[in-house]
Order: sequence, then structure tokens, then C-alpha cells
Amino acid sequence: MVRFILSKFFYMIVSLFILISVTFVLMKAIPGNPFMSEKAVPPSIQQHLMAKYGLDKPLYEQYLKYLGNLARGDFGISMKMKDQGVSDLIWGSFGPSLRLGIIAIVVSIVVGIGLGMLAALYHRKLIDNVAMILAVIGMSVPSFVLASLLQFYLAQKAGIFKVMGLNGPLDYVLPVMALSAQPIAFIARLARSSMLEVLHSEYIKTAKAKGLAWPIIMWRHVIRNGIMPVVTYVGPMTANIITGSVVIEQIFGIGGLGKIFVSSISNRDYTLIMGVTIFYGIILMVARLLTDIAYAFIDPRIKLSKGKEG
Amino acid sequence: MKKKSMLALLTLLLIAGTVLAACGSVKKTASSGKSGEVAPAAEQVFRINFSSEPPTLDPGIAQDNAAITVLHAMYEGLTNVDSSGKSIPGVAETWDISQDGKTYTFHLRKDAKWSNGDPVTANDFVFAWDRALKPDLASPYAYQLYYVKNAQAYNEGKITDASQVGVKAVDDYTLEVQLENATPYFLNLTSFVTYFPVHKSVKDNEKWAADPSTMIVNGPFKLTNWTKGASLELVPNENYWDKKDIKLTKIQISIVNSGATELASYRSGQLDFAGKPVGEIPADQIDAVKKELPSELSIKGVATTYYYLFNVTAKPFDNVKIRRALTMAIDRQKLVSQVTKGGELPAFGFVPPGIIGEKQEFRTEHKDTDLLSENVDQAKQLLAEGLKEEGLTAFPKVTLTYNTGENHKKIAQAITDMWKTNLGIDVTLENQEWGVFLENRRNLNYQIARAGWGADYNDPMSFLDIFTSTSGNNDTGFKNAEYDSLVKQAYASNDAKTRMDAMNKAEQILIKDNNVIMPIYYYSNTALIKPYVKGVIIDYAGNIFFDRAYIEK
Amino acid sequence: MEQVDEKNVVEHLKPENFQKIGVDEKQAEIIQRESLSAWRDSWERLKSNKFAMTGLTVLILIVIMAIIGPMISPHNYYSNDLYNTNQPPSADHWFGTDDLGRDMFVRTWMGARISLLVGVAAALIDLFIGVIYGGIMGYFGGRVDAIMNKFSEVLYSIPYLLVTILLLVVLEPSLWTIILAIGITGWINMSWIVRGEIMQLKTREYVLASRSMGAGSARLLFRHLIPNAMGPIIVTLTLTVPNAIFSEAFLSFLGLGVQAPIASWGSMINDALTGWMYYPWRMLFPAFFISLTMLAFNIFGDGLRDALDPKLKK
Repeated sequence: MVRFILSKFFYMIVSLFILISVTFVLMKAIPGNPFMSEKAVPPSIQQHLMAKYGLDKPLYEQYLKYLGNLARGDFGISMKMKDQGVSDLIWGSFGPSLRLGIIAIVVSIVVGIGLGMLAALYHRKLIDNVAMILAVIGMSVPSFVLASLLQFYLAQKAGIFKVMGLNGPLDYVLPVMALSAQPIAFIARLARSSMLEVLHSEYIKTAKAKGLAWPIIMWRHVIRNGIMPVVTYVGPMTANIITGSVVIEQIFGIGGLGKIFVSSISNRDYTLIMGVTIFYGIILMVARLLTDIAYAFIDPRIKLSKGKEG
Repeated sequence: MKKKSMLALLTLLLIAGTVLAACGSVKKTASSGKSGEVAPAAEQVFRINFSSEPPTLDPGIAQDNAAITVLHAMYEGLTNVDSSGKSIPGVAETWDISQDGKTYTFHLRKDAKWSNGDPVTANDFVFAWDRALKPDLASPYAYQLYYVKNAQAYNEGKITDASQVGVKAVDDYTLEVQLENATPYFLNLTSFVTYFPVHKSVKDNEKWAADPSTMIVNGPFKLTNWTKGASLELVPNENYWDKKDIKLTKIQISIVNSGATELASYRSGQLDFAGKPVGEIPADQIDAVKKELPSELSIKGVATTYYYLFNVTAKPFDNVKIRRALTMAIDRQKLVSQVTKGGELPAFGFVPPGIIGEKQEFRTEHKDTDLLSENVDQAKQLLAEGLKEEGLTAFPKVTLTYNTGENHKKIAQAITDMWKTNLGIDVTLENQEWGVFLENRRNLNYQIARAGWGADYNDPMSFLDIFTSTSGNNDTGFKNAEYDSLVKQAYASNDAKTRMDAMNKAEQILIKDNNVIMPIYYYSNTALIKPYVKGVIIDYAGNIFFDRAYIEK
Repeated sequence: MEQVDEKNVVEHLKPENFQKIGVDEKQAEIIQRESLSAWRDSWERLKSNKFAMTGLTVLILIVIMAIIGPMISPHNYYSNDLYNTNQPPSADHWFGTDDLGRDMFVRTWMGARISLLVGVAAALIDLFIGVIYGGIMGYFGGRVDAIMNKFSEVLYSIPYLLVTILLLVVLEPSLWTIILAIGITGWINMSWIVRGEIMQLKTREYVLASRSMGAGSARLLFRHLIPNAMGPIIVTLTLTVPNAIFSEAFLSFLGLGVQAPIASWGSMINDALTGWMYYPWRMLFPAFFISLTMLAFNIFGDGLRDALDPKLKK
């Protein structure tokens, strides 16, 4: 187990290094610089700015310097949000995104698996149809449409919730609903589909024939096997929810990481782009790692120590 | 089967339980949160939304609207500007101007104090200006100080001796400023953020402007809280010399980049102000707002022009007749009344209304309709002639480039449709990401491009000097010796009539003779203000001031 | 079978432990159903599924409308009528008009063309790259899996916006560029799902059986493993289509989508988003057709899953 995690960790570092290098090159390949505006900055001031942030150096030198700073844990200073450290900016805006994300993930998993199980157990029955119609609706309505509908009816008209901000616990309800609708629907469908498969499989029939108690069959076989594809999806979903709530954050006026990321790109705020990319990359890789570990726990046939050779 | 349904029931209960538990815990704390809220009337709280966050609150380097708005509440320059654009005393009580208009002597008020109690002295201004000009601060707005003698050379590193820069403290309360040229609008500039004083304590702290506790200010308000990406909060500065005129006890600024959310928030009573210049009312809701909240809607013209640029260095727009044809073939009135709808005015010139001329507004003295008129038949003829001159049988493939924005997109679509209807030509649209767009425009890598220009100070020069052949903002490739010399003439003169005549002629060369740009409209500032909020000022250039606002319920 | 545990069976049943005695391709064919009839079989089952057939019919209708819709209206998708903006549906404008007075009916079906194209293209990329890549990762495992997995992980972590902006700068901004931008990372999710499924399936008895009969890796993967993973693949695919459509909408939201005056369903919804409470038809029609398309895709996908599922064969 330790060896497994260590080797995964080593791979993570290598992946991060590649990610950093690729992003660095991509970022610099895009036209523009952090100091552009409608009103042009005189050339001499442009030079001062470039010199101040080391952008006048050759690309490889900038790259090496960045790596060097990074190795010391220094993410640098934002080029647009002057005098603010990149790590401060990331941590500051990550809070709301993280809280929102975790709630949305928990809600998605619990409600999604629950709905999926119900639908699978009552295959082709009313509950199945209702659950799947809900799932299809959840999946068919774009999240930003859902968000603005919720905002209009529940906040602006009914006044139950605040239109914007994330100051009280009640303020989480609408964004979480908007964020989790699609994952709920997807998880429900995925869970239903794979559980149906399991329910129809020979070993369940065997188990039933053996006279095994239904809850035991359910737990040992149906849920554990049926949940596999869901687990696969939870990794990317986690990253998606935590990182990809840009539009929802914008609609509900939440200053999250997504917002900072999009604006860092349009501002060509190089240090911030790198910082957020690395941060996202780590979240994503950790989520994938946890997925792999979870796999091993749920499905004992998959060995952690070594993948099976064909 | 029975067991199966039991399990189903269990699952259902689990889901319901989670949801209920979530709701339950939410409700409990929500009620306690609500008790903290107080009605705005008693507390004199002003709540406004910004669509973008100030990147910095350092007056030496700030250059965007959001930062400038907050800094106006936190600092005070030598002069202030009233709503009509006239300069009124600020930290300077009086001033003398020399005969040649090149030396300004400011007499500072003795009761002006920093928020920590220190007196505001002439040295604070010298320190601030010197700081903004130092090459190593790399202030992008340092050029706002270039009017001061030797400021540009010092900023460019050509001279390193700070004492050669034309600003000095004669004594603690007298500031003497030498200028490069007579600059009739200099008093206007001294109310601008780059000219604000800065407390000397910032010298040793690079990150002072990001942290409310290290920001020592001299204006009516001070920052108490800045939650990055979410909100700012200001309270009155106890040491401000004119604190008796400050009624608000708190200014709450939220940062939300969505016009729809901002408006919804305003409607639900979470904001006291919505819309420009710092926020936005979605164009699609302006009709509804006009109908539903007519008494709260404020529409005011501001000195900014929306226009299209032609790349005059490349075919087919190196031909003036083709440029003129396109310029003449659109219906600006229809565009502003049916598309933008925000009370904008059709533009036929570059200098917008609100800019002061010789005696009255420049636009009143020199009508823009003399520069340009709309005429479809004439446009058709001009286009045919132009194409012939270019040796073309048909209108070539042309692209109109604009940067991302709902409004820009709508306008571009409406205008290309007018060209198609009126001239029978197809112009392709290309939307580009902001940075890419600017880069392409600057490198003349376009055919027709969107542009907008607002006043930095109240003088036509703020507009006309961008199309000189050496200007870094001339993104058209237009080079005209006569135009350059007219702008130079206006720069050098201290006589209002000479200046205005020269600039009028320059504008004629730019638009009437050469059609380098296609003016579309003069901006307006559309905002919603709650009826109980008084004293919010929006000036000629569309800057908002709420430092002297108050709540009356 | 003897009392050996599963692991030992796997080890014993490695191909090199067996002698090939006259097992050739032809004979391998015999151990599974004839493939043409298998497809016909599935088709028969699909036909008998009313839900699925309804879904298919709706999809076909939408495609037909996307093709002929713009032709049966007297209006076109770009002409403005600035004095008739934001008009509700009427006899002249069946779906109303938008903020520039353009006919929403024509625009909706022009939008359908773009959105469907983007969705289908993304699904194809998913199917070809995602499934094969994931299949190989899951099947071979070990080093191959580790390297391929890392590669997809890095690719997935690269900020999508950077790639898109760069693509749009480097290539001409066009629909194909957008499809490329969506496709370039879109398949990764699918590959992970397939990988997970295959990892699980490859230990199943029938795989062992097939392998022991001398089936090669490619044959195992494409004839046995992937068809058995069809359930999750189709479910994921039915999500890829809306995701791609929404991705395009998100790109429009950031100004990187299709160029005006051409619109997609996503960009139409975006345009309508700020004023939908006053002009609901501007959001309703594109949103309704996105949802209808998704619904149709979903129930058809479900039917397809059931029809293709080898385990349901009698």
C-alpha cells in the first residue's frame, strides 16, 4: 500500500512538472501581455513593467526562474492584482469554492446514488420512470439556466433566499442546487445502469438461488459492484465541481477560484495562471488517486500493488 | 420482494433525511444571521456593486474604473471636480497661476490630516509624484504626470535627479509646480488619482495597498475590510478635515460581474445603486426598467465616444471614398433608440458632448453634423466610385473585429446588417478575446475594428492627440502632417481660442476629410438609484462620487 | 473445475501455457455468435422498444427540421428588423423575434445545425478516441496503463481556456476550431469510465474462456470487453452530447463560440439569459429543443444499451 502510494506520488510530481511546462509554453504563446489596456501604455513604461516582472528576459530564463521560485514554494506576485501574492489570492478565493464544492459533491453522490438505486430496483416501474424523468430534466437543463431560474423565482420574486453573496448558510442553497443538478442526474443514470447490469448477472441469480438474504446480496454484490462506474465518475466530478463553477459563481456573485482563473487568463496574469493551474492540477490528481484507492477497496479483484498484465 | 421495498424505503428516507438535515441546520443559523441586519436609513449605509474588483488601491499605479472610484472616496487631491467638471478646492485651498500658465502655486489647507492624525503637507505630494514617476515602481499611469516639467525624462530614466522634476515643496503648506507646456486643464488633472498624495509610511512596505490596516489615507473614508473577490467596506475617516459634511456611516461594495445579478439584487433591495459606471444594467432589461422604475432611472451623457476604426494602410480601406461610404450608410439614431437603448446620442464627431471648449461645450461651438452626415444614396455612389478607383468590380471580403461583449456583438450585427441592406455588401464578423483583440488592433492586423475612448481630463485634447502619427493609441495607420502640427499648436498655446480652432481643424481632417474613424455614438451613463439616496454625483466623464451621499427615508 | 482459487486460474491460463492446436481465426469465429446476426438481433430488439423508437423518431425529426426548418420560413437568420425587436410568437414569426428583430424560428433551426454538429462531433471523438484509449488502458494495465493514464491526466489538467484561446488564435476561428477545442480534452472522461469498466470486466470468466480459446488482445478488447462495457459507454455518450453543446455555450459565454450572426442553441440561450423574464420565448425555444434532444438521446441510448447488451441475449 505504501509503495503504491509512493509510486503514485512520484508520478504525480512528474505529471505536475509536465503540466507546468506545457502550460507555461501555451500561456506565453498567446498574444498579449498583462499590461495591455484600451489606452496604450507608453513604450518606456511598458519596458519598466516588463523589467519589473522579468518579462523582458528570454523565455527559457523566465521558465527556469519560475521553476526555481516554485521549488522554494514561492508562487510569485500577481501581475494584475498588484502587490498581492498568488498563493494568498488562491487561498482567499478557494474557500467559497471549496465549501460550495464539497456540499454539492455530497448532495450529488447521496441523492444521485439513492435515485439510481431506486430506479434500478423498480426497473420499468413508476419510480424508475419518475426518477429517470427527473434525471433527464436535471441533465437537460443547462446549469446556468437553472441558476437564473432559481435566482429569479426563489430569490427575487419569493424573497426566500438572497440574490447574491455567500454570507449565511442559507445562501448556499441555490448555488448548490444549480451545481449538483447535473451530477445528480448523471450519477443516478450511471448507478441505475450499472446496478441493472449487476441485478441481471448470473452471480446474483446464484446468490438468490443459494438463499442468501436480500440485504446481504444488495450490499455485497449489487451496491459494491453497481457503484464502480460511479466511483470512476466521482473523481472528475469533484474536480469539475470545485473548479468549474465559474458561471454559477458569477450568477450568484460568489468570489471563487473559477472567477479568478477566467480573469487571470484574460488579463494574461502569468503568475496567477500558473498558480491556479498547478493548484487545479493537484486537486485533480489527488481526486484521481483517491478514485484509484477507492476502486481497490470496493473491488478486491483490482490489485493496488501492480496492474495486471494481459 | 418485501425486503426489496424495505430497502427502497430506507434509501428514500436516507435521501430525505440528508436534505432535511441540510435544511434544518441552514435554517437555524440563518435566523441568527438576519438579526444582525439593520435598516439602512438609521445607519446611513450605501450599498453598491462593482462588476470588477480594483486590482490595486495604490493611487500611484491605479488605472481602472473600480480602483479610481474607491480611491476618490479614500483620498483627496489638490483639487476636486464638481459635477459640471469645474475644479474646486480640495487639499489646496487656493492657487496662483503664472502669466505664461506654466507655474502653479498651491496653498494647502492647514487642517488636512491623514487618517493616522499626521498633517497632510506639500512634501506628501512631492513624495507621491516622485514615487509614481520612479521607473522601478513601473506605474502604468505615470504618463498622467508627464505635464509636469521633466517628469517624462525622469520616468524614462533619462534624468535621475529627482530635484529636476518640476514639483517642489516651498514650505509645508505651499506646493510649486512647473509644467512643460501651459496646460489649461491642469487643475482638472490635479484631482486625478495619480496626483493624489501618498503617506510616507508606504516606503518600507511593498504590500501596503492590499491590506486595509496599512492604508493611511487623507480622504473622507477609510477601508476597513477587503475580502478579495467578494467585497470592500469603507467607514468615515475621523481625521478628515471636512468630516462634518460626511453623512454616510458605511459604504458596502460587493463585487459581482453579472449585470443580471446586480439588477436582481437592486430590485430585491440588496443594493442602493445599480448600473454604470462601476456596474451594469443588462441591455435586455432597460426597456423593462424604463417602464417599471422610471423615477429611479438616471440617464446622463458622458464624455466617451464609441466608434469603429478603419485600417487605412490596407485595401480596401486605404480608399477614403470606401471609408466614407460605410460611415454614411448607417442609421445611428435607429441604432441608439432600438439597439443600445440606454439614452446614447448618435455621434458624428470624435469629441463628445460634455467637453469644454472656448466658452461653452466644444460640441456646441463646433457642431458634429458639419463633419459627417448620413446619406444612403450618396454612400452607394461613393462606394461605386471608390471600388472603381481601387480597380475592384465587387466589394472584397471584409471582416469587422470586435472584442467580447454582449453590447459590442449586438451593435456589430446591427451595423453589418445596415451595410448589407443599404450598400448590399457583406461584412463578416469576428469576435476576439480582449488581449488578442488589442494585440491585433495595435499591430494593424484588422480591417475594421471596434474602439471606445473616454476623457482623461476635460479638454478636446484628451481625444484628439491619440491620432497623431506618433501616438501609441493611433491604431489606424493614419499619418497626417497637418493634423500633427495642429495638435502641436494646440499643445503649445495658452490661448483658448487658438487652441480650440486648431483642434476643431484637426477633427475636421480626421473625420470630414479622411474618415479615419466611423463615430457611432456618445456614451451615456445608465444607472438606477434608490429614491432615498441623495447626493451621488456622476461627473461629465462618467466618474461616480458617493463620498457626500446620504440616506433620506 | 478443481478447487483452485481465481488468481491461480488466471496465472495458469496465460496464453503461453497453452499449446495452440489448430485454433485459427475461422475456428475462433465459431465460438461466438455470427456478428451480422448479432447486429440484426439488436436491431430487432430495439425496434420492439417503443420508448427507444420514440426517441429515435424525435431525433430524426429534429435533424430534419434542422435541415429544412430555415427553408420553410420566409425569413432568414440574419436580417434585422429593429422596429420589431423582442416580439412574442405570432403568425409571422412563429417563435417570436430576438433583440435585433430576427426571426427566432429560423435561428432556432440554424442553431440546431450548429449544436447538433458540435454534439455529434464530440460524441464521435469520444467514441473513437475515448473508448479505444480507455480500453487499452484498462485491458493492458500495468505500465501501459500508468503512462497512458498520466498522459490523459496531464492533458486534462491543462487549462482548457488557454488551449481554446490559443487554438482560436492560431487557427482561423470557425466551427471546426471550436469542435477541435471541445474534442481535444472531451474524450478523457470517457476513457476513464471505459478503463474502469474494462479493468473490472477483464477478470470475468468469459474473457478467460475466450482467451483460453486463443483469442488475441484486439479481438478480446473489441469483440468482448468493449461490447460488454456498452452500458456505461452509452450513458456517458448521451452525456457527452449535451456537455459538448453546453461547452460550446460556455465558449460563447466567454465570446469564443461561433461567430455572430450565426448562433447555436447555447449562444441563443446565453443571449436570452439576461432578459428571459421579459422575453421568455427567446430562451424557451432553444432551451426546449436542447432538452428535447437530450431526452430523445437518453431514452434512445437506454434502448440501445438494452438492445446491445449481450447479457440480455436469450
